Amino acid sequence: MDLHTLTLAQASRLLGEKKISSLELTRSFLDRIDTHDDAINSFLSVDKADALALAKAADQQIAAGKHTVFTGIPVAMKDLLCTRGMRTTCGSKMLDNFIPRYDATVVEKFKQAHGVIIGKTNMDEFAMGSSTENSAYFPTKNPWNTDYVPGGSSGGSAAAVAARFCCAALGSDTGGSIRQPASHCGVVGLKPTYGRVSRFGLVSYASSLDQIGPITRTVEDAAMVLNLIAGHDPKDSTSAPKDVPDFTDGLAAFDRDGLSGMTVGIPKEYLGMEGIDPDVLAVFENARRLVEDLGAATVEVSLPHTQYVVAAYYIIAPCEASSNLARFDGVKYGFRAEQPRDLMDMYKHTRSEGFGQEVQRRIIIGTYALSAGYYDAYYGKASQVRAMIMADFSKAFETCDILLAPVAPTPAFRIGEKTDDPLTMYLTDIFTLSANMAGVPGISVPGGFSAKGLPIGIQMMAGRFDELSLVRAGYGMEKSLGLDQLFPTL
Amino acid sequence: MEFEPVIGLEVHAQLKTETKIFCSCTTTFGNAPNANTCPVCTGMPGVLPVLNKKAVTFAIRAALATHCTIAEESRFDRKNYFYPDLPKGYQISQYAAPIAEHGHLDIATDRTGEKTIGITRIHMEEDAGKLIHDPARGKSLVDLNRTGVPLIEIVSEPDIRTPAEAGAYLRKLHAILKYIDVCDGNMEEGSFRCDANISLRPAGQQAFGTRTELKNLNSFRHVENAIQYEIERQTHVLEQGDAVIQETRLWDPAKNKTMSMRGKEQAHDYRYFPDPDLVPLIVDQHWIQQVADQMPELPEAKKARFISRYQLSDYDAGILTADIHLADFFEAAVADLSNVKQAANWITTTLLGLLNARGLDITRSPVSANDFAALMGLLESQKITAAVAKTVFEEMAQTGADPGTIVQQKGLEQVSDSLALQTLVDAVLVENPDEVAAFRSGKTKLFSFFMGQIMKKTRGKADPKTLTPILQSRLHQEK
Repeated sequence: MDLHTLTLAQASRLLGEKKISSLELTRSFLDRIDTHDDAINSFLSVDKADALALAKAADQQIAAGKHTVFTGIPVAMKDLLCTRGMRTTCGSKMLDNFIPRYDATVVEKFKQAHGVIIGKTNMDEFAMGSSTENSAYFPTKNPWNTDYVPGGSSGGSAAAVAARFCCAALGSDTGGSIRQPASHCGVVGLKPTYGRVSRFGLVSYASSLDQIGPITRTVEDAAMVLNLIAGHDPKDSTSAPKDVPDFTDGLAAFDRDGLSGMTVGIPKEYLGMEGIDPDVLAVFENARRLVEDLGAATVEVSLPHTQYVVAAYYIIAPCEASSNLARFDGVKYGFRAEQPRDLMDMYKHTRSEGFGQEVQRRIIIGTYALSAGYYDAYYGKASQVRAMIMADFSKAFETCDILLAPVAPTPAFRIGEKTDDPLTMYLTDIFTLSANMAGVPGISVPGGFSAKGLPIGIQMMAGRFDELSLVRAGYGMEKSLGLDQLFPTL
Repeated sequence: MEFEPVIGLEVHAQLKTETKIFCSCTTTFGNAPNANTCPVCTGMPGVLPVLNKKAVTFAIRAALATHCTIAEESRFDRKNYFYPDLPKGYQISQYAAPIAEHGHLDIATDRTGEKTIGITRIHMEEDAGKLIHDPARGKSLVDLNRTGVPLIEIVSEPDIRTPAEAGAYLRKLHAILKYIDVCDGNMEEGSFRCDANISLRPAGQQAFGTRTELKNLNSFRHVENAIQYEIERQTHVLEQGDAVIQETRLWDPAKNKTMSMRGKEQAHDYRYFPDPDLVPLIVDQHWIQQVADQMPELPEAKKARFISRYQLSDYDAGILTADIHLADFFEAAVADLSNVKQAANWITTTLLGLLNARGLDITRSPVSANDFAALMGLLESQKITAAVAKTVFEEMAQTGADPGTIVQQKGLEQVSDSLALQTLVDAVLVENPDEVAAFRSGKTKLFSFFMGQIMKKTRGKADPKTLTPILQSRLHQEK
């Protein structure tokens, strides 16, 4: 049996039935990483000895009958999730030597369930980017075609799942950083409702937008991971004290009723937009027909402030980032410039040598936008726009259960193609930013392929805390398309 | 030209919660550097703040005690600046939406009488750490124990006009915060800190002049002196026809001067914005009522009660209630005494005299309320004389021994045995024949001379009430 081809749900079942051991499963992934990750570069660090030790411990739990569905499951963590005793770089030179003494709440949950943390995945530095080319270490390649980017910023996690280097991975999504790489790599990416998952231990990029979520091979796997990581955390004031349903119920709902009774909204502003690749449009049209075939009604809805989303996001996110990243000052931990003349000199050199270009660009934008005299025109105005975007979504969800949309205007682009043009790069986030601005959940499921053979995802968004509808519709689409059976040959 | 000073005060008071405002580290003062820290208060990557509810309760208490309106919804902002004692690169502080506004304090000064000083706002924030500079090694060391200790900043309206009013306002505020037990008020350790804003304007003018901000004012005296100096300095500047420069000035108590620290052009742009890691703070009526129900007696109410219950003068009651600990000392001491007035006098004169001389506050009094009560008891039951009581008190202050033991060991009990006193009187009369003769020829003023002689012999132990008739009769006897 090729263990690496198993989905999380399949592996979990076989582990529970003691048909396979976590040690075998973990070894098969480690071997695969050894053989193939030099070509993909999805991991920043892999701790083999640690992973094998965790696998052994998991097998003992299973033998003792004390296991959960995650016991012995090898997972990868985006390298901005703090892992106790394990280097956490955020893809930055700034944190090259940073070893946290605490676990992120999501990491702790995997550890408590005796999951196996196999490694930390590559990312755009501090999650700023859409291609994983902004990593201070190396760019990650798209497993479907290594000349192309895997998307970003959780490109390492998406590539690792697509390449079958782990059962599942966690990413973070501030403006599409889970959904867009999932789309580009042909896997499932779920950004939960803001507040659904604790952010404690996630190194913040933009606190009001960041959310941790699963990147998996199937919708079922995503629902299982969300079951584990969702819930209020006393260590995160912004995590919602909301009941957590069993998200796999969405699968049962589809198996029972299909999508009948569901109304799918098609935002008219999205499709009138210029610059959408014909392959992306074709995938989207196909998905629209599909949901209708599965019993859903479709209805055109309006998100009238869509044209302001990119501008507002690229004010709010950099503003928060400029403050969140102030702690990287060379005083207590991380990189410090050598031989500073004085305190100011140390700050300046530490931050200009330790941060990459894109991070510096966003810090400068945010610092400027928050400055006295500019605050009202930028941050103030952007916050007002954000409130209007939220209202747009609330209104849309009065007439529909989910929204159907593209994930990105184009399939994955070539490595190096857009690195000199940040503005074009920002504009590719148009379809994913809104969910973060409105705080609603969004999922990307594989929807088809481009003429060049690159995966194209389809996005669905739902009302706040209604991930169940996303699981139901996403699962329906996956089951009908059968794309989860395909994976890249390395 | 006649100038009118306009003064506003900003007080930073550390709340005496057990733990910090956004993490569960202890706030204990004096621990080894960086012992009271965790990933949250040291600003490690990925950690998040969680608001300490007790700190909010204390802020509500302070707001109620200063007659403020409490906001149903307030918010925390980030004040962004780089400094090594600020590990996150920003301080979490309530800037745009403070927890309380529109309060006031009533003060009284000798010259200007009673006056109401407005309180603009009270907001909550976290304290920063401390830098310790080591010039010998050319290094600066960072101690983050204080980082994240909860503070409230209490901002007064510019209603203050004289250094004395500033002093009175501060003393009153200080007393209240100690009364309601939210701040230990220790100015040396920095748990109660004050900045002053001062400007001058021509008498009668409405518009404010250019202000300066004074820092490093760590005693009431410094505040008053610094303001006095600054009024004189600004007056001089204006009289020369020059303009006051808007700047921050540091008080140098050794030189009795304020010095320029940084000007307006060096002022920081703090780039305040709402902290996205925290949710709005909601304080409902139920919470406010709960705090109000548990509110301790405030200075004014206590003073009124002392006057009516103990029949104290307004003046004595004022002194005794100026400090919660002194008031507590008084009430503990007089619980079982009948002559409360006498005890009050002893506290306001003898005890406070001793404490002032030694530079102590009542919490560090060498004489406990218990021992003090015992001393007053001996006096009340006439076991010792007032003169002996003074001696015993001094002994208590020196050694910490209890008065009963001192009296016993030194044999200081009052001599009220009339036979013994008669013998003593006779001896004194025999020893001083000239004075006896003089007395008997009409120099009755010499009576006190004889009293003194006997007191000298008994080292003050003779009970004057028994002694006086004996001495009277003996002196008049032979006539």
